[in-house]
Amino acid sequence: MIGAYKGDSRLMGTALINAPITLLLISFSFFTLMYAYVTSDFSVKNVWENSHSLQPILYRATGTWGNHEGSMLLWVLILAIFAGLVALFGKSLPLKLRANVLGVQAWVLALFLLFILLTSNPFERLVNVPFEGEDLNPILQDIGLAIHPPLLYVGYVGFSLTFAFAVAALIDGKLDAAWARWVRPWTLLAWVFLTAGIAMGSYWAYYELGWGGWWFWDPVENASFMPWLSGTALLHSALVMEKRSALKIWTVLLAIITFSLSLLGTFLVRSGVLTSVHAFATDPERGLFILAILVFFIGGSLFLFALRSNQLQAGGIFAPISREGALVFNNLMLTTATISVLSGTLYPLILEALTGDKISVGAPYFNPTFGLLMLPVILVMPLGPLLAWKRGDIVGVFQRVFALSLFVICATAIAYGFLYDGPWLAPLGLGLAIWAMVGAFAELQLRAGFFNVPLGKAVQRLFKLPGSMWGTAFAHFGLGVTLLGIVSVTAYEQENIVVMKPGQQAEISGYTIVYKGNVPRQYANYISEDSRFDILRGGNVITEMAPSKRFYTTRKSPTSESAIYHAGFSQLYIALGEREDQGGMIVRIWWKPLISLIWIGTIFMVLGGCFSLVDRRYRYAVPKLAKQKKEDITDAKD
Amino acid sequence: MTRKQRRFTFIIGIGAVLALALVLILTALSEKIIYFYDPSDINLEHKAKAGQKIRIGGLVEEDSVKRGEAGLVQFNVTDTQEKLQVRYIGILPDLFREGQGVVVEGALDEQGIFIASTVLAKHDENYISKEVAESLKEKGVWQGENE
Repeated sequence: MIGAYKGDSRLMGTALINAPITLLLISFSFFTLMYAYVTSDFSVKNVWENSHSLQPILYRATGTWGNHEGSMLLWVLILAIFAGLVALFGKSLPLKLRANVLGVQAWVLALFLLFILLTSNPFERLVNVPFEGEDLNPILQDIGLAIHPPLLYVGYVGFSLTFAFAVAALIDGKLDAAWARWVRPWTLLAWVFLTAGIAMGSYWAYYELGWGGWWFWDPVENASFMPWLSGTALLHSALVMEKRSALKIWTVLLAIITFSLSLLGTFLVRSGVLTSVHAFATDPERGLFILAILVFFIGGSLFLFALRSNQLQAGGIFAPISREGALVFNNLMLTTATISVLSGTLYPLILEALTGDKISVGAPYFNPTFGLLMLPVILVMPLGPLLAWKRGDIVGVFQRVFALSLFVICATAIAYGFLYDGPWLAPLGLGLAIWAMVGAFAELQLRAGFFNVPLGKAVQRLFKLPGSMWGTAFAHFGLGVTLLGIVSVTAYEQENIVVMKPGQQAEISGYTIVYKGNVPRQYANYISEDSRFDILRGGNVITEMAPSKRFYTTRKSPTSESAIYHAGFSQLYIALGEREDQGGMIVRIWWKPLISLIWIGTIFMVLGGCFSLVDRRYRYAVPKLAKQKKEDITDAKD
Repeated sequence: MTRKQRRFTFIIGIGAVLALALVLILTALSEKIIYFYDPSDINLEHKAKAGQKIRIGGLVEEDSVKRGEAGLVQFNVTDTQEKLQVRYIGILPDLFREGQGVVVEGALDEQGIFIASTVLAKHDENYISKEVAESLKEKGVWQGENE
């Protein structure tokens, strides 16, 4: 631990070798902690508080980051990994830029290491070594803990690198299309992980909490969602900068904002200023420390930005109706959406400070504001990639998507006909989702020339299209798929709360649920009582579902495990309430049509990101000469 | 269009969208927020109207939990000085207990009974809602370790 810190101090010299050394030392301390967890070394206070020797090995290992101290260590480990990656693989970067990037990254790293050392030392020892640990919070004893935080942190922390690139460019005063080309893959990488992390977290909360909801607009969810929104905007603006050398100042600002939002998220989660389902046991000292770090980086970088921004020359110009125009529109809306989420998240804090009133801002605020802002984005989304750079022909684009529009309008009308009992907005939402899904592939279709050239040739052309084009198509398609899931579950969900005794049955959406009774089971660190249900459709038993109540003996805390049955993309969801005096069980049953699509859509988004990433890497391998040529051309255009 | 004119329309466009969004955000913030009260605020100061969506925080009064037909639960939320009757149909959180902190969301009916749509209990042995903790601290009955 001390070694890691010392290694870091030396890194201030911005030498390239120090980044891998820091990485090594921090990895060493991280895996030492993990070793303590796996071997149940209760002389370490952190392990004693959050682990138990009878837990399965997976949860003993993942318990390493199931608490404040350990998760901070994971946080800095990922910071160090990113710095190490740049040091080892960023050979094509100019040395000065690379050193500056690593320098900025090292500053972030140093301050967070100091934070860990001063306020949250994970290796604090206990003098009297306890015989047994206090067990990990039962909600965290799940495979979700193994996956969700590391993914999310890679995303969060990955934006630190984008930030470091932005600050380095500001220090250097050199900002060109090449810079955008170097930054974009890292941003893309962070974005891919953040997307996966948020989706995983959402699904975990959905099945673990038993509330049947997949998004709660909880401050901590918002904290991860805001960097995602601005990161998405950044991806698109960096594209403009890379291809057309425009929007430079904005892109740098966006890079700073995105990481600032990541830091803000860390602050909100760790300081306990907001009530949230994620709140770690907190103390004010930690909050203040992170706030200081936050102010330092945001203030410092914005100051630098103010100093340097007028030195950066403006880039190329373009007509409002053009690819750039569409991307600017995307940026404008995404940024505004970020602001709306930010206002809703911070408003309770501000109001309490000003008037002392305590309030909470939830879905009634977020759904309409955010939804309204996203509507035009999704409407324009399929058109954007079809527009030409610099000056687009909107009439031409509409001619091209004419058949598509007709198809979508028909689908919407048909949806109206069939789903007459739902809310009137729902078929419109479904139409919008289909528009986004089908429209996403319009670019591929047109470029490959289906219907114009022989099929074989078109397919051949299709596979020769660059990865980034596939990436765009997949990511946009994914958003459409997610939207489809959201609309359908919001509008057509069915819910039934019943009290059931063994032998009784309930109905939902054509399924019959028969309660058969309870079976007790004994596990290593908890006891469980499974309630068994037969699921019938058309008189035949199609499956059995077994939601359960668990009691964790060490923490003396009960939890509920819900059960899910997948019917295609739809789900049957059963959550248990408590037992009534007369032997009845309160059972909450949901029918959630197409809900799986919400997460399947995010898989497509992640895939899209990966396609683009592969394309970039390909470009990396292009000989330097070609790259140089390209730069000359873009410079000439300026 | 000259470059200057173009930039001008560009800025106007951005300004218009931002202004629209601001109006949207502010109206939504003034109408769609949910106030948090304790039972004293309701009973003594009548801060909430019937039908207004609010949150109430406090402790579940000992021996006040009664169960009715079809999953109906009735209990009192108290801040140790005043109490409020709450009705709820649905699944209570696993850590819902008499004598423990709770936050309920819903609205008062005409008779002054609170009809809850959501019941939130603490979800960790060490965790209590910040609002409840502060409200109890004000009343001087906080039993937690901190402060």
